[in-house]
Amino acid sequence: MSTVFKLSLLLLLSSGSAYAEPTHQSLGKPAEMLSQQSQWNLTISPDGKDLPAGKGTVAQGKQLFALKCAACHGPEGIGASAEPLVGEVGSLISDYPEKTVNSYWPYATTLFDYIRRAMPIDAPFSLSANEVYSLSAYLLSQDGIISSDVELNKESLAKIIMPNRDGFIRFYPEK
Amino acid sequence: MEKESTQSRRQFLQKSVLGGAIVGTSLSIPVLANTDKLELPDNLPEWMRAPGNDFGNYGQPSPHEQQVIRWISANPAAPGNGVSWTPLHDLQGTITPNGLHYERHHNGVPQIDPEQHLLLIDGLVKQALSFDIKSLMRYPMVSRTCFIECGGNSNSGWRSNPIQSQAGYAHGLVSNAEWTGIPLKLLLEEAGIKSTAKWVIAEGADAAALNISIPLEKLLDDALLALYQNGERLRPENGYPMRLVLPGWEGILNVKWLRQLRVTDEPAMSRDETSQYTELLPDGKARQFSFVNEAKSLITSPSLGMMLPDNPGIYQISGLAWSGRGKIARVEISADGGETWRDAELQGPILDKAFTRFNLSWQWQGEYAILQSRATDETGYVQPTREALVENRGRHGFFHYNAIVSWEITEEGDINHVYGF
Repeated sequence: MSTVFKLSLLLLLSSGSAYAEPTHQSLGKPAEMLSQQSQWNLTISPDGKDLPAGKGTVAQGKQLFALKCAACHGPEGIGASAEPLVGEVGSLISDYPEKTVNSYWPYATTLFDYIRRAMPIDAPFSLSANEVYSLSAYLLSQDGIISSDVELNKESLAKIIMPNRDGFIRFYPEK
Repeated sequence: MEKESTQSRRQFLQKSVLGGAIVGTSLSIPVLANTDKLELPDNLPEWMRAPGNDFGNYGQPSPHEQQVIRWISANPAAPGNGVSWTPLHDLQGTITPNGLHYERHHNGVPQIDPEQHLLLIDGLVKQALSFDIKSLMRYPMVSRTCFIECGGNSNSGWRSNPIQSQAGYAHGLVSNAEWTGIPLKLLLEEAGIKSTAKWVIAEGADAAALNISIPLEKLLDDALLALYQNGERLRPENGYPMRLVLPGWEGILNVKWLRQLRVTDEPAMSRDETSQYTELLPDGKARQFSFVNEAKSLITSPSLGMMLPDNPGIYQISGLAWSGRGKIARVEISADGGETWRDAELQGPILDKAFTRFNLSWQWQGEYAILQSRATDETGYVQPTREALVENRGRHGFFHYNAIVSWEITEEGDINHVYGF
């Protein structure tokens, strides 16, 4: 090839490829399969639809709490190096409000979601679904939100109405 | 062009030779006349009389600046749960160095192998998609300078007594950086958003698997999937290999170590949008989804921990102002606890939802003084007094404290934190 030919070829090619429209390729990989897997379905919404199978009782939760939670949250969850989890229901309008799970959290599904993903803090994701149901049952029973003979599972957990369910004012969207 | 530069290089060489000859001549006379060592400068510092240190692969601050650090406040029983504060009182300009950007971690800094990290976009989309880091690097990127402020910044202000901590160690859960990454709109549009979508649940790949709901509207507006921080790849403690940056919105939403964006019609009601990052009001109700960091300012110098050495003396009042709603329009300074105000000079460029540095020279005559700064943003919002903020929100909200900060100057030139008048 002559140099002149090479140069003109280069010019031709570059005029067709120098600037792209659209600006980029779609490089995401189809991920329906991934999206179904449990490790990508950790969030439990108030409707409880992604709660796993399993069940737990207050008695099982009490034992487990002493073993795995009390070191930080204090005996029966009254608080220690970590925040209190129970009690103080009705304290939010007092001069010394305490925001515990039972006094402040609007949804019980959040309790399951949070324990499973983040607790115990030195070993997240180490608890079974049954254990998370048990711990949730134990904490909620402490303030009579559920009675001590209730077995928590996918259906019963999602039905719980927390004391402070209507305690929040949505600041978004702004009016 | 080529000819000109050759010519000017020649001219430069000629000049320098000429110059050298002159210097050589003038120097050579005394050296020849007297070889006494004392004729050489004998008071040059040692670092001018021996070669300096070798090159470094990654530069570090001077050993003389070792006191300029993030101050760590963590739970001893769970040391990965806590914060570290940016030393705003030791810094100047507006950009926070990467090693000093504030931290809030819920369970430590994950050491993520970028090769194994994926971002999944799923939920109410036409096509769930996963992205690896190599693919993301090929997308068009933009840079955006903005602050990120923890919703819990300055929370000691709610206490009855003013905390005696240096400016950064009470108000430094805020930092300002240039973030570079992919507009999230590009990635969400590639997945195809369904018409019922309103929220996106973001999740991090840390040992708290932090999850939080973000309005889709914000992600389609100005949010970035950030990959770079002040020009270099994100630091591990700031989300390596990828994080959300939501200009002007509280830190918790700027999810670090981002692994998933699930598009939904309702928020998840996760722990960090119910139990935390909500503000309890005096009537027992709590504000939820209060995303925006309202306008705020802080005098960083002079401030607690410093003192005024000269009486009388002229001092440079300097500080930072920022607003999650836009640009800073005005910063006023008071030296008499808010009786009279004077406009400070705003240092450009004044950027949207970013730190703005303000300055004002101050003649101190040795009188008792209370220094305050008050920011106004471009929407007309004026930073409130502490009295007004507490009146409006009570004292148990914990989050979103943005009141005017008061530094008391005693007649001796000492500086204390006070709550003003």
